[in-house]
Amino acid sequence: MNGVSSHPYGVMAEFSTPAAVMHAAEKVRDAGFTRWDVFTPFPVHGMDRAMGLKNSKVGWFAFLGGVAGYTCGMVMIWFMNDLNYHIVVGGKPMFSPYAAFPPSYELTILFGAFGSLFGMLFLNRLPRLHHPLLKNRRFGSVTHDRFFIVIECSDPKYSEPGTRRLLEEAGSKQIEVVEE
Amino acid sequence: MAERAIPSKLPVVPKELERIPLVQNQRGFAWISDRIAGVAEGKTPLWWWMAFVPSLSFATLLLCMLAYQISTGVGVWGDMRPVMWGWDIINFVWWIGIGHAGTLISAILFLLRQRWRTGVNRAAEAMTIFAVMCAGIYPAMHVGRVWFDWWLFPIPNSNGPIWPQFRSPLMWDVFAVSTYFTVSLLFWYMGLIPDLAVMRDRAKTRPRQFLYGLFALGWTGSNRHWSNYEKAYLLLAGLSTPLVLSVHSIVSLDFAVSQLPGWHTTIFPPYFVAGAIYSGFGMVLTLLVPLRKICKLEEVITLRHIDVMCKVTLATGSIVGYAYAMEYFIAWYSGNPYERWTFWHRIFGTYWYGGAAMLGFNALVPQLFWFKWFRQNLVAVFVISILINIGMWFERFVIIVGSLYQDFLPSSWGYFKPTWVDICTFLGTFGLFFTLFLLFLRFLPLIAISEVKGVTPQADPHHLLGGAKHEEPEPDDEVTL
Repeated sequence: MNGVSSHPYGVMAEFSTPAAVMHAAEKVRDAGFTRWDVFTPFPVHGMDRAMGLKNSKVGWFAFLGGVAGYTCGMVMIWFMNDLNYHIVVGGKPMFSPYAAFPPSYELTILFGAFGSLFGMLFLNRLPRLHHPLLKNRRFGSVTHDRFFIVIECSDPKYSEPGTRRLLEEAGSKQIEVVEE
Repeated sequence: MAERAIPSKLPVVPKELERIPLVQNQRGFAWISDRIAGVAEGKTPLWWWMAFVPSLSFATLLLCMLAYQISTGVGVWGDMRPVMWGWDIINFVWWIGIGHAGTLISAILFLLRQRWRTGVNRAAEAMTIFAVMCAGIYPAMHVGRVWFDWWLFPIPNSNGPIWPQFRSPLMWDVFAVSTYFTVSLLFWYMGLIPDLAVMRDRAKTRPRQFLYGLFALGWTGSNRHWSNYEKAYLLLAGLSTPLVLSVHSIVSLDFAVSQLPGWHTTIFPPYFVAGAIYSGFGMVLTLLVPLRKICKLEEVITLRHIDVMCKVTLATGSIVGYAYAMEYFIAWYSGNPYERWTFWHRIFGTYWYGGAAMLGFNALVPQLFWFKWFRQNLVAVFVISILINIGMWFERFVIIVGSLYQDFLPSSWGYFKPTWVDICTFLGTFGLFFTLFLLFLRFLPLIAISEVKGVTPQADPHHLLGGAKHEEPEPDDEVTL
């Protein structure tokens, strides 16, 4: 923060209870901001609606993973035991969907789980090992017991005094500008 | 919107409807992080070293036993015709069964919206992962030529390639157990991400900041992230539920698909799943009853948590008892002399003590949990939980050895005795399990901090206490939750 090369990242407002930060989030949403976020130590119920967020898309990744897993299992077993190399065991058919079901079922779950976790990380653009907020001393308490709203400078409606006023009216006592 | 008035006093609940809150004494968010993260911070306590040194010694014993077994051959174990599955498969089934409680708590109870699970799920999931590791050692070693273990996986080899033979339940087991381990690890790690961020923000030294920061993946607690995170958590819970039910079902098919009396029954999948959850809860109680005291976490793992876990134990133990009764009934009702012989000899044969331990500790002992006194008495709970672990070990002994040592032809009957290597390997897996568990206690938060914060009354913005910031209760406050 030498004042020469610093760029502001956004305005950060601190709140001390979930109810306070939720009411403030509703105000920010109604003011029409788009590049802003609420930061909480745990998921606060009803916050998605207060922020105007849509349903998460993680389900698609899990679904595609599951379909891929099941297909992969069935095709793999058919290829290995029927097409590529026959092993005759007790006159049983070379490929039967019943015998192939248990491993395919497990692969459905495995790939579906990969889809959920990696889909979540992808949608959240994680891992991200650097973030302007993580350098901020006060922001460290977001994992402890504090709640924050950050409105980024890149928001088209952003203006420092206006944003500050909005957050003050929303009930925050601690407002500061975070440097990039 | 107008500020909400926060009533200073909540409506008083009638005494008979009172419940112990999930976090006692109305502790605030800060207290929760300080207390739970505190277990993994500061100077290493003496009790930890006192537990860690013997555990690590036994883990070393395991390494020595495995090295001896690999260099000499499976003959060092007591497996001998006709009992070719001895302690190795018993211990495999036993350990993997223990893991099931962790997944039940983390996945099924999540879907059932059992909010008390937040107090115990992290430690139970860790238990799952370490138990599956101990279990996995056995089949890998049991194949004899360990260097050919990779033939179990669908990887082309130089003989054709001859692929794995997928009509065998043993092959299904490979997929079930490896999927189970991987998904449990993913679920556990995902739950840890917000808590690793807690540890990162509390860390005082550079290495801790770096390592916790690295594994926290840059978690900021953003609500846009939480939204995706919660959906992914729900999906993982939804995927783990059919997984945990299938894993022990497939383990049971290793037996049930064969023709042997005592194994060849259709009741095995549900019976094994119930037994697995039962034994797993036994182990969760064995671990958590002393831990909550040593780590001073009685306010987060309350007597209510212990009480409901005892009730789950009672329910699953009773299902197991019912399965035993049904097995005996079918053995008699089938009129099959081999079936009747096997079941008669479970209680009156050479290994009568195994049958007695199995029936006594699994079907009768959990019935004590009908009484509140036993559920509330921690010494009783601890003793019963140990008996459950012993009983479930003997169940697998009875099923595996009891069916193998006397099959259809009296000329091929035999007698099974474990060797000292069997015993030392089993003790060694305990060493590995406790070494890993103690390391987990020392370096990671043993309770899901963010989840526990989320189930406190002050976390709910619509609760009567929603806007209230209350660290310590007033002495004369009449607040009852």
